Amino acid sequence: MNEASLSVALSVNGEPMEVAAGTSVAGLLELVGLAAKKVAVERNLEIVPRSAYAQTLLCARDAIEIVHFVGGG
Amino acid sequence: MNIVTPQNDPWTVAGRSFASRLVVGTGKYKDFETTAAAIEASGAEMVTVAVRRVNLSDRNAPMLQDFVSPQRYTYLPNTAGCFTAEEAVRTLRLAREAGGWNLVKLEVLGPPPTLYPDMAATLLAAEALIKDGFEVMVYCADDPVAAKRLEDMGCVAIMPLGAPIGSGLGVQNPLMIQKIIEQSRVPVLVDAGVGTAFDATFAMELGCDAVLVNSAIAMADDPVLMARAMKAGVEAGRLAYRAGRIPRHGFASASSPMTGLIR
Repeated sequence: MNEASLSVALSVNGEPMEVAAGTSVAGLLELVGLAAKKVAVERNLEIVPRSAYAQTLLCARDAIEIVHFVGGG
Repeated sequence: MNIVTPQNDPWTVAGRSFASRLVVGTGKYKDFETTAAAIEASGAEMVTVAVRRVNLSDRNAPMLQDFVSPQRYTYLPNTAGCFTAEEAVRTLRLAREAGGWNLVKLEVLGPPPTLYPDMAATLLAAEALIKDGFEVMVYCADDPVAAKRLEDMGCVAIMPLGAPIGSGLGVQNPLMIQKIIEQSRVPVLVDAGVGTAFDATFAMELGCDAVLVNSAIAMADDPVLMARAMKAGVEAGRLAYRAGRIPRHGFASASSPMTGLIR
């Protein structure tokens, strides 16, 4: 297999990103340096429950949103 | 003597009791240190927050939670920036997953320059959120008919604006705020428009259960001092409401006895 087939192209917060095949949501959070308990994740408009981060593997063309709480009124 | 203090005069929303009748926003501060200090000074137990994308390009950027602990304060996630029921539901589902609770602030705003609550969209979003299991505190117009409809739908608190968000104009329509208070069986909070401590006092004197303030504290020259002023103002207004003000008369009535005068 060549290099390309081992990576998965997806979008994270609207930005294109490539991760290794088999990367989970937990792996993605680790990759971008975010503590799971401080964020929420949506995958293709569906909430990914925190308890499922490790089992949820990322697929090509996934649209991932990672959000957190910010100052607001 | 029956001494009224915030501790023995709490307000309750969706089964949760709060001694402080001041709810504060966490937006518009110059930095997180000031946010934390002002919220501490305000005595608030509930704070509003927004839900936004994490900035992936600066992974070391400080986060609100590191300064304003969700363990200490009840986070009230809002729907600022949502213009449809779908967007509001999507945003608050994420908030529920991030925070793990379902008490939320719904706000669907119209366009500038008023950012006035879009009541048609608010009613639709409230319905969708309640159906999805959320406990909805709803920002709304100073409109008793819409407020009643929201309450009947199952909203857990009614939050009419005092004046446009960030305007600092105070309670512009006290009569309708009072009518909403009189008819409501759920808490009523004036949300938006408070400019200074007097406005918060006035809202509380009308009989509001609590007041929500953000800009007036965050944008004051000294946010920590204004936070203290708001705390005192809210408490003063609550005490005055409980005490029962004297009627207004169009004539004078002497404070000193007219008998026993020296001749």
